This record gives sequence, structure tokens and C-alpha cells, in this order.
Amino acid sequence: MKIMAVCGSGLGSSFMMEMNIKKVLKTIGVEAEVEHSDLGSVTPDVADIFVMAKDIAYSANLPEQKVIIINNIIDLKEVEQKIREYFEKN
Amino acid sequence: MFTQNLLQFVVDVLKVPSILVGLVACFGLIAQKKPFPDVIKGTVKTILGFLVLAGGATVLVGSLTPLGDIFKHAFDVQGIIPNNEAMVSIALAKYGAPTTMIMAFGMVANIVVARFTRLKYIYLSGHATFYMACMIAIILSVAGFEGVQLIYTGSLLLGILMATFPAIAQPYMRKIIGGDHVALAHTGTIGYVLSGWIGSLVGKGSKSTEEMNMPKNLSFLRDSTISISLTMMIIYLILSVSAGKEYVEANFSHGQNYLVYSFIQAITFAAGVFIILQGVRLILAEIVPAFTGFSEKLVPDARPALDCPIVFPYAPNAVLVGFISSFVGGLVGLFVLGQLHWVLILPGVVPHFFCGATAGVFGNATGGKRGAICGAFAHGLLITFLPVALLPVLGQIGLTNTTFSDTDFGVTGILLGNMAHFMDKGTITMIITGIFGLLVIYNFMAKKKAPAETNAG
Repeated sequence: MKIMAVCGSGLGSSFMMEMNIKKVLKTIGVEAEVEHSDLGSVTPDVADIFVMAKDIAYSANLPEQKVIIINNIIDLKEVEQKIREYFEKN
Repeated sequence: MFTQNLLQFVVDVLKVPSILVGLVACFGLIAQKKPFPDVIKGTVKTILGFLVLAGGATVLVGSLTPLGDIFKHAFDVQGIIPNNEAMVSIALAKYGAPTTMIMAFGMVANIVVARFTRLKYIYLSGHATFYMACMIAIILSVAGFEGVQLIYTGSLLLGILMATFPAIAQPYMRKIIGGDHVALAHTGTIGYVLSGWIGSLVGKGSKSTEEMNMPKNLSFLRDSTISISLTMMIIYLILSVSAGKEYVEANFSHGQNYLVYSFIQAITFAAGVFIILQGVRLILAEIVPAFTGFSEKLVPDARPALDCPIVFPYAPNAVLVGFISSFVGGLVGLFVLGQLHWVLILPGVVPHFFCGATAGVFGNATGGKRGAICGAFAHGLLITFLPVALLPVLGQIGLTNTTFSDTDFGVTGILLGNMAHFMDKGTITMIITGIFGLLVIYNFMAKKKAPAETNAG
């Protein structure tokens, strides 16, 4: 299982999301590899789940069921809730 | 004899920036008590990152150098494309070791500043820290700083800046986010604050940008590889056409059609930046989490300062308005520079998008639609004129057809560079130490205000 956090240039925001996702995974007890990248380099095969902010999700050509969209990327609670939902559904 | 050889060997090793940055990561991993395989993996990946970055610089320079010559032939002035990644990758070949040391100790200094002064901010945008460390290393080295004095002065300055810039932006951040728990760590702070201030002047009664209907289809420009390719294509094509088919084909493309050549070179530039970004990501992958971990432990009451896209969701329309308005400001600035026959600073989409967009959000927070438009426009002008004044203090590196783009580089660099021009090294070191001392004294002497206000900056 691999999770990819994505932002515009793949430097700051996605890195922060990666660290938050790692925290969340620890709390919910899920093992997965987490990395971060820029919008330009992500293709559907590089990860199982992609996490990104709402404003760039329009431009990511990724299969919908693989994408978790976050409205407010600094809200750790939202990240946790969305990831929980994802794992409950799948 | 043996000790001397050993010492020489150690010094030689520490002169190699890739190894140095690997050692920084290695110390960070050991201090976090990571398992042995993780330490090895993280250290090697960090060294790899530095070498990938250097490779990216080679690709990028291959495209940038002809562009500079074509520019000179066409318009008879120097043309500069501001791009942080390009600038840093080129500068690291010469200033890699001091950059690494200043970044590592600058992070330590940030924790010290946050711990002992009222500036309780931890700057978590690792790439911005890295680029700022690089600029400080260049300017101080050009000014003649060396060895311990270079590292000490540079690191302390960087640490103070890392806590100060978020503090300056915080009054506006509270307005945008509606809370005080996170801060902004990005290198356009001066431009954002300017935009917020202008918004408060012009925006009376103006409605928020978020009440407008805006198209969504420009968001593909957030993909920096695409936006760099597109702008470089436009720039390269205009220049090649202006310089003439014969000139380009005779001197650069070796017979290949000049338009085809321009097209490929433009995307080669983007390819260079793409590789550099991968390198930066690998360099920071171990260092930033270590820094975050330590700062959380050592200064638990400090606010984390994060990268600029954190404000985008609060005003998505202002992001777009800000970008367009800032870019127009860049074009107007370019026109003015052309009239003055100064160095031409071409508007790059990346700084205008990320910083212009953030300026738009700040302007909108204080002055609605009018604030976003005017504030971001002023920001666009600012990032066109600041690099002109920054060039002379960068020494030889200023002649490489690219430079630092964002306002904080400009303001810090111009101040520091001119200090170095008028004062000797000892005085500069003393002034920076003095500023830190005053901040600490203020913290312990001044009366504590209500907790909510202590961090107003």
C-alpha cells in the first residue's frame, strides 16, 4: 500500500500532508508507505491512494476512486476523517 | 603526521557539499534514534538528492545559457528569468558547503530564537529555508566572510529571519484563517504584507472575490512543470524570432530549424527544474521531519509556519485574481525596465502564480476584490524591481541569466549586501548578534501582555 500526497510543486504543502498522513496512519493503526510529489509527476500507477487539496484536484488526471480530496489541508481532523472513511469503504 | 593527514582528510570530506548534507541528515536520524537501516537509507538518499540536483542544474544551464546570448543579441541588454530552483542549483556548485552548514545551524538558531524570544514561530517550509540559506551563503561569501564567522553570522541571521517573517504576516493570517494556530512560511512575505496593507487602503466597501464567478480551468497552471514549459516556450520563441533565424541557427542549433530548437530548449529548461525539484525533495526528506520533531519537543508553544498553498482554500477566486494581477504587474514592470534600458526581468509564471496568488488572498482579506487586484499588482511590480537591485550583491552569480525571484530574497539580500558594502565583517556579525540579544532581553524584561497578544510580532 502506497499513499502519495500531492501539491503544485511537490515541496512544501504535500510534504506537510505526508507528515500528517503518517501521524493519522499511526493513530488508526494502518501500515502504508507515504511519499509526496508534484502534480506534474503523478500518474495513476505510482501509488494506491492520492491525497490532495480541492483546488488542484481539478487538474489531476487520476481515477476518482484513488483520490482523497482535502478541503482544508491544515486541518488534521479532516485528514484523519477522510482517511478513516477511505479505509472503511475499501 | 598521521593525525595531520587524518585532519586534512576530514577537512576535505567536509568540503564536499553532498557528503556534508548527508552527514546533517545522518545526525538528524541518529538523534531521533532511528533504526540502523533507516539511518543508512536516509543518509544515502540525501547525498543522492544533492547529486540529482547538480545533474538538474547541468540540464537547465544547457538551456539557459543560449537563451541569455540570444537575448543579448536581440535586445542588447541582459535578460533575467527569475527562478529560485535554477538559481540555487547553479549557486550550489560553488557555495554548496556554506549553504548546507547555514541551513543546518539556521534551523537550530530558529529553535533557539523561538525558545528565548517572543517570536514563537518555527519555519517548516524546508525548501524556502534551503534557498534562503543559499542566498545568505552567496552574499556573505561575496562580502569576504569565511569559516566559522561565515557559518555563525549566516546561521543566526537565517534563524532570526525564519522566526521574523511568519511574525510579520501573522496579523493578516489571523484575518484569513480566522485562527492563530498556524503561520505562513514562504519567501514572499514582504509582498503579501504589502498587498494586505494596500487592500486595507483601497478596499473600502469592495466585495470579496469569493462572491464572483470564476472559471476553474486555469488551475492547470498550478502544475509547475507545465507552467514553466509554457512560459519558457513563449519567451524562447519571441527571443529567437527577434534575434533572427540566421543567428540562432548559425550559433546554437547547428542547422536545426530555429523554432524547433526554441521549442525543445524551452521544455529542456522545465526538465531541468523538474530534476532539481526531485533533488530538493530527496535532500529535505529526512531533514525536515527531524527539524519538526525537535522543534515540537523543544518549543511546544511555538506556532508551526507552513507553505503558502495553505491559504489558497480560504479564497480560491483570489488565488486566480492574484495570479493574473501580479503577472500584469510583472509585464508593466518589464515595460518600464525596457524604457529605462535596465536589466530586463522577465515575468516567470511560478513566482507570479504562487506568490501572486498568495498576495491576492492577503489583499482580498483586507480589501475584497479591489484589494486583491491592487495588492497583487503591486506585488507583481515589486518582484520585478527587487531582483534588479539584488543582482549586484550576488557577485559573479548575478551574471547567470537567472536569479532569486521572491520578495523576501530581494529585501533580505539587498539589505545584507549593502550592509556588507558599507561595514566591515566584524560589525555585521555584531549587529546580527545584537539584534538577537535585544530580542531575548525584550522577552525577559518587557511585561507579559495577555497571552493572546504576546505573539503579535
